[in-house]
Amino acid sequence: MTDATASGVPAGKHTSGSLLEQSPRTKRRNASEARFRFYGMAAVGIGLVFLVLLLIAIVRNGVPAYTQTFLSLPIELKAEALDKNGNRDLEDIRKVSTFGYNPLLDEALLRVVADNGIESDYSGADLRKMISSSAAAQVRDYVLTHPAQIGETVEFRVLASSRVDGYLKGRVLREDLERDKNLDAAHLDIIDVLKDAGAVTRTFNWAFIFGADASESRPEQAGIGVSMLGSLFMMIVVLVLSLPIGVAASIYLEEFAPKNRWTDLIEVNISNLAAVPSIVFGILGLAVFIQFMHLPQSAPLVGGLVLTLMTLPTIIISTRASLKSVPPSIRDAALGVGASKMQSVFHHVLPLAMPGILTGTIIGLAQALGETAPLLLIGMVGYIASNYPDGVASGFLDPNSAMPAQIYEWAKRADPAYYERAWGGIIILLLFLMTMNIIAVILRRRFERRW
Amino acid sequence: MPATWIFLIVLALAAIGYVLGRSRALASAGGDSRHLHSLPSYYGANAALLALVPSLLVLVIWLFAQPLVIQNRVEHLVPETSYETEGELSLLMSDVRRIADGLDLAVERGALTEDEASDIRVEFTDIRERLGAVGVALGSDVQAPMLAAAKAWREMNASGNLIRTVVVLLVALAGFGLGLTRARKDFRARNSVEKVIKGLLIVAASLAILTTLGIVLSLLFNTIEFFRLYPALDFFFGTTWAPSFGGGSELGILPLLWGTLYISIIALAVAVPIGLFAAVYLSEYASPAVRSFAKPLIEVLAGIPTIVYGLFALLTVGPLLFQAFGPGTLGWMGGGRAVMTAGLVMGIMLIPFVSSLSDDIINAVPQAMRDGSLGLGATKSETVKQVVLPAALPGIVGAILLAASRAIGETMIVVLGAGAAARLSMNPFEAMTTVTAKIVSQLTGDADFASPEALVAFALGMTLFVITLGLNVFALWIVRKYREQYE
Repeated sequence: MTDATASGVPAGKHTSGSLLEQSPRTKRRNASEARFRFYGMAAVGIGLVFLVLLLIAIVRNGVPAYTQTFLSLPIELKAEALDKNGNRDLEDIRKVSTFGYNPLLDEALLRVVADNGIESDYSGADLRKMISSSAAAQVRDYVLTHPAQIGETVEFRVLASSRVDGYLKGRVLREDLERDKNLDAAHLDIIDVLKDAGAVTRTFNWAFIFGADASESRPEQAGIGVSMLGSLFMMIVVLVLSLPIGVAASIYLEEFAPKNRWTDLIEVNISNLAAVPSIVFGILGLAVFIQFMHLPQSAPLVGGLVLTLMTLPTIIISTRASLKSVPPSIRDAALGVGASKMQSVFHHVLPLAMPGILTGTIIGLAQALGETAPLLLIGMVGYIASNYPDGVASGFLDPNSAMPAQIYEWAKRADPAYYERAWGGIIILLLFLMTMNIIAVILRRRFERRW
Repeated sequence: MPATWIFLIVLALAAIGYVLGRSRALASAGGDSRHLHSLPSYYGANAALLALVPSLLVLVIWLFAQPLVIQNRVEHLVPETSYETEGELSLLMSDVRRIADGLDLAVERGALTEDEASDIRVEFTDIRERLGAVGVALGSDVQAPMLAAAKAWREMNASGNLIRTVVVLLVALAGFGLGLTRARKDFRARNSVEKVIKGLLIVAASLAILTTLGIVLSLLFNTIEFFRLYPALDFFFGTTWAPSFGGGSELGILPLLWGTLYISIIALAVAVPIGLFAAVYLSEYASPAVRSFAKPLIEVLAGIPTIVYGLFALLTVGPLLFQAFGPGTLGWMGGGRAVMTAGLVMGIMLIPFVSSLSDDIINAVPQAMRDGSLGLGATKSETVKQVVLPAALPGIVGAILLAASRAIGETMIVVLGAGAAARLSMNPFEAMTTVTAKIVSQLTGDADFASPEALVAFALGMTLFVITLGLNVFALWIVRKYREQYE
């Protein structure tokens, strides 16, 4: 304001006073106005561009994980290799390890290559590089469940190796294979022919969504299903603990707490806990739940407990806000007809605040679902989640992974084929988060009352 | 009797107490609830709560205390010659525990009878093998004193469990009886029930204090333990970070703090201008339609988990920067992981944080101040620059400090994007590492928990906790002080 008087036009000395033509100073001011406005728009634009770039990166890199290349292979289940005694005794059949199945695979591969008229001097073991090392186990499992089929020729769809899969998806290029001892360019020629013949196909990859994690050398087999269950069990723990505790704490602080030091201490604590870095909660979980209380490492129960402590402040803050938005007249009316304070809260205020509380809880759960750092410290990474838990108790207590921990684990592995899985996992994680947030928005829109 | 069974029995007792208490109270009023002081259900709830709350409290305390007490007693049985430090003792004790649990499991599975388990001796049985058969893996062969300790553990545990069952059930029964005798028509059941419920509410609210206490204690004890093994001065002022698990590590925090600070500064340099301008535009210029479209979209960035940003840094931004500044062009970058990579991505993550906080604060500036400035002939941008922003400045500083504390505590982006080498360097295209990244790597490695290489993580955590707490308290204080000014 002092600027305006200092640079203002002195009295009596009129410069161009036209309303139709802008003075240079007005022009300058208007230009700076336009510039400022443009900066603002640019900032919003940059923010949105980052969002779009992020989403493009996720979708472009992640979508290939949802298709997988398979090779159709008629395999002759030779009786002399699988059941030497010929009595179809399951015990005898079980004695043949997966190594015993490799010759059958080799033979089938050689036959397929010859049938399609491909000239190749590869041996069967060389050709086997094109398919996943899980193929032998797949055939063995089939034989163990269908022993009657021994001696027949059965058509199998075996997983192609991750290199072949990557080649068909455009991730692995011929040039890349020069230094790769797992596959040669000549293999790719065979694949091209087989693809034209229809023996190599790419289909939707249900195994990625529902399957288990695989060891480092078999990215084509890895799935996120088991760690999804781990996340589910963790979220159950978080919901069961944090909703009642959070609501109870908020009711006390909002409705009953006297104004004293203890209450102040609690309030300060809650607002500070909301801003403590998540990794510190991981340290707490490690020290208290695992070192001190000897709870099992990597268990969803421990993960759930840590995430509960982390989400409690969020839930308490949002619950208090929705309790506060219930008008005092409701409480007064209840007290007026003889309800106790407790009855007025539990019978009238709480039901009215419920939509807001649930919205806050869902948002807190979504936050917990995506949190990774504390899970690293309680051992949910480095563990290969290859088995489904066999029951509810084992779901809570047996070592498992969680979705974000599984994604981190894949991102750390050396094989680039795992990166595709990691992005694919992110798509699933984000879909879950989106669903939860949409539910929260709908809850708020439909049920929240404005007073 | 296992704790779950006790819990279920107590629960059943409480349910029975509810039904009986309710009907007794009604009977005492001659079946007419108008003669009761409270609603009949309160008499039932009173009996149920009296049966439930004290007994479960005893149960929980017992579950925590029993292992500690037994550990204390059994420790004397381990010969003092077999260990030198506290750490070795705790390792031995965990072995003892595992043997004891293994024997229990063997009895449960029927691999051993109860008599065999209590008479088992190292001279006659290969305990390691027997326990291995039921799925309990032991690190080494079992020594006689260890086995004696394990047996003592088992005995004490068994008798402790028995006493626990008796005590808890007695307490539950006593509460049950008291609740029932009290279920008469003149008893003020509602007041009594509400007092208990209020107590439970207070306990729930105090959990926040308990959490903070847990954090502080777990950090503090382990940090003190660390400083006993490694001089504090070297930790705070050392300029080399070179942990080696064989011993003789140099654990100076300065390179880590520098990495943390550098990445945070870059992140704030990205987030603050963009976030602030976006907030100004959205609150002062944008039409309601644009605002209702752009604001939630920008806030989506805040809802994306950090692991996604970490992956984005590692696999998208890192390689892009490497192409732009790598050996092919300028040669500044040695690899995709660098301070710049992590800083840029973290900046993107913080944009919505800065913008929505600043938005709130700018909106809190009274409209009268804007109107006054516009009325004097100032343009909108002049109003923003000379009136709104100065008025909102303290709040905006608070928001930036909160964002800084976020940046300092961020883990996944730096673990994936910043690299693992601890360096004191000015080049933003070099890989550096941060406090949080090292906490993860020191605690997820194979280091023994009692070694300084693992314990240092707690000292790092303590430093991180103190710094972020300080920043938060300061920022919240500024924001609150500012809010009061206009309310």
